[in-house]
Amino acid sequence: MTLEIIDLHVEAADKEIIKGVNLKINGGEFHVVMGPNGSGKTTLAKVIMGYPKYRITKGDIQVDGKSILQMSTDKRAKLGLFILFQNPIEIDGVNFINFLRNARTALAEEQTSVKQLMDDIKSNMKELKMSDEIINRSLNQGFSGGEKKKSEILQLSVLKDVVKLAILDEPDSGLDVDALRIVAESINRIAAQNKMGILLITHYKRILDTMNPQFVHVMMNGKIVAEGGNEIIDRVEKGGYDSFSNA
Amino acid sequence: MTTQRQEEREVAQNDAEYLEKYGFKVDAKPEFQTKKGLSEDVVREISAHKHEPDWMLKIRLTALKVFNSKPLPMWGIDLSKIDFDDIYYYIKPGGKKSDNWNDVPEGIKKTFDKLGIPEAERKFFAGAEAQFDSEVVYSHVKKELEKDGVVFIDTDTAIKKHPDLVKKYFGTLIPPTDNKFAALNTAFWSGGSFIYVPKGVKVSMPLQAYFRINADKAGQFERTLIIADEGSDVTYIEGCTAPIYIGSSLHAANVEIIAHKDAHVRYVTIQNWSKNVYNLVTQRAFAYENAYVEWIDANIGSKANMKYPSVYLKGRGSKGEILSIAVAGNNQIQDTGGKVLHLAPDTSSKIISKSVSIGSGVTTFRGLIHVGKNSDGSKSAVRCDALLLDKESKTNTYPKMEILRDDADITHEATVGRIGEDEVFYLMSRGLSEEDAITTIVLGFIQDLTKVLPLEYSIELRRLIKLDMTNSVG
Repeated sequence: MTLEIIDLHVEAADKEIIKGVNLKINGGEFHVVMGPNGSGKTTLAKVIMGYPKYRITKGDIQVDGKSILQMSTDKRAKLGLFILFQNPIEIDGVNFINFLRNARTALAEEQTSVKQLMDDIKSNMKELKMSDEIINRSLNQGFSGGEKKKSEILQLSVLKDVVKLAILDEPDSGLDVDALRIVAESINRIAAQNKMGILLITHYKRILDTMNPQFVHVMMNGKIVAEGGNEIIDRVEKGGYDSFSNA
Repeated sequence: MTTQRQEEREVAQNDAEYLEKYGFKVDAKPEFQTKKGLSEDVVREISAHKHEPDWMLKIRLTALKVFNSKPLPMWGIDLSKIDFDDIYYYIKPGGKKSDNWNDVPEGIKKTFDKLGIPEAERKFFAGAEAQFDSEVVYSHVKKELEKDGVVFIDTDTAIKKHPDLVKKYFGTLIPPTDNKFAALNTAFWSGGSFIYVPKGVKVSMPLQAYFRINADKAGQFERTLIIADEGSDVTYIEGCTAPIYIGSSLHAANVEIIAHKDAHVRYVTIQNWSKNVYNLVTQRAFAYENAYVEWIDANIGSKANMKYPSVYLKGRGSKGEILSIAVAGNNQIQDTGGKVLHLAPDTSSKIISKSVSIGSGVTTFRGLIHVGKNSDGSKSAVRCDALLLDKESKTNTYPKMEILRDDADITHEATVGRIGEDEVFYLMSRGLSEEDAITTIVLGFIQDLTKVLPLEYSIELRRLIKLDMTNSVG
């Protein structure tokens, strides 16, 4: 799958948040978008999935050369787009496992055997060092910050067969060192096994220590201000985002 | 894992299947029916046809007078559209009462087949009584029940077999003077369940009855009386379906429950009348010393529904709980809630209501907690949560508290919420359609109530709600 964002302008509550972004991700590529708070990174992630509170005033988002702007969020998911939420929402009374099963059934467009799903979930939970009792809870309800992030990764791993491009919005925020390592390893493993494209959004270099992104973009004030390879990460680390402000 | 089992057995449904299953009318030729309208003659005709004793006829005639003397309620739902003269008050379906499936007439069997009763019976529905129009035609009481002395029959038969018990309790909880529709029921009642559980007997399986209005403009006025003797335990379940047809139909039932010392009674209703039925039901329970009564009341169907199950806590340490679920789709009014009267010391109660309004649907919660002067050490908690799905959806809350003691421990919580775009977006991002996302959120909202239902009913309720959403959303 190729995702192409073309001169995209996005407003939220009548304020322009994204001010002309161009970005192209070819199948299986690993891209990173770095930037300070409020630069529009999360807006970019959510607008790709069709968040209803945003308004696109100009530009286009295309998958394999076709605009997806008119597509509902579930249709975009069915194309193979996945978003890992920075702040996953809690939904009362919705059993986590049933939800995962419904999601997989909807995306794979076929019934999933419960046993197969449970085996899959259990082995992935083990990799993620998640506590078993989460299975019986409502979706994200009462999860700690770390558990929420792991729950998102678990969803990605259960849906990995249908995901072609995973947009990971700050999978590292709020994680301690051990959890960060586990999450990074899981992402590496899932992406490698499934030749999945990755668009990882982060503030910090830390999660990238054990990863190998091919393309790094710096986003500031609704625009991409620098692009390149790993050298960009080092530049952020040394000079901070300020060093890009005059770029 | 229960939830998994549930999901596994859930089948995808759509409108067509719903209509196939519920929206039909089988031509069951009635064996006997009164002419339309209400009059003393009709009351006498019903009573004579049933070969009732004189005392029951007298009760009926008195109730008719009460009905005629009472105005329609001035609160709640507008009932002025009900034409009492355009209703058949008694219809007896063709065929005789039977406890053998093979003897049930073909047309009726077809109805039951569509309802899935025989299939259900194969599992654990062996204690089911099914009401077809105004008469119980198929009843089958498990042998074990009889061995323990448990009586589970239709109320008409109970008059003949257990006249003393019926005489002692009939109408003592809900006198005809209670309200206009209680009077109507008392005058024209037919069918319903009669249950007697002897001292110390704990009935392990839920007793179940299916109710169904089939003939056009048939009123259904079933009368249920449950007597749980000291230390006994019983669960009764009624699930209602009615076919879709033109013309307004009226369902006015009276349910009376007596829970003696240390008894536990759980009464479960899944109300799914078709969208042209006025459902006006009076349900009341008396709980004596340390008795525990639960009403679990799920209301999905009907055009207009008024139902407020109540518990009178009459003995020390008695407990009452009312769990109410109401879903109002387009053009539906669900006016529901519950009442608990604390009339003895150390009594406790809980009313939990969850309502969902879709489209132009209106849900109204009415709750009453009364703490009398003699009920020291009483506790009560009331909680009502409403979820609105559309801009035009409405909900009302009328909680009433009559607290005559300073030391009562009473809590009341109420919330109203609209379905959130962020929740829907989250679920859709995982591939669920908008409709499925909303259904998932609604089912989650009522989940803590549906989980107390027996599995079969929990699945049924979830599926009905899904269908309702499909019809209403988008």
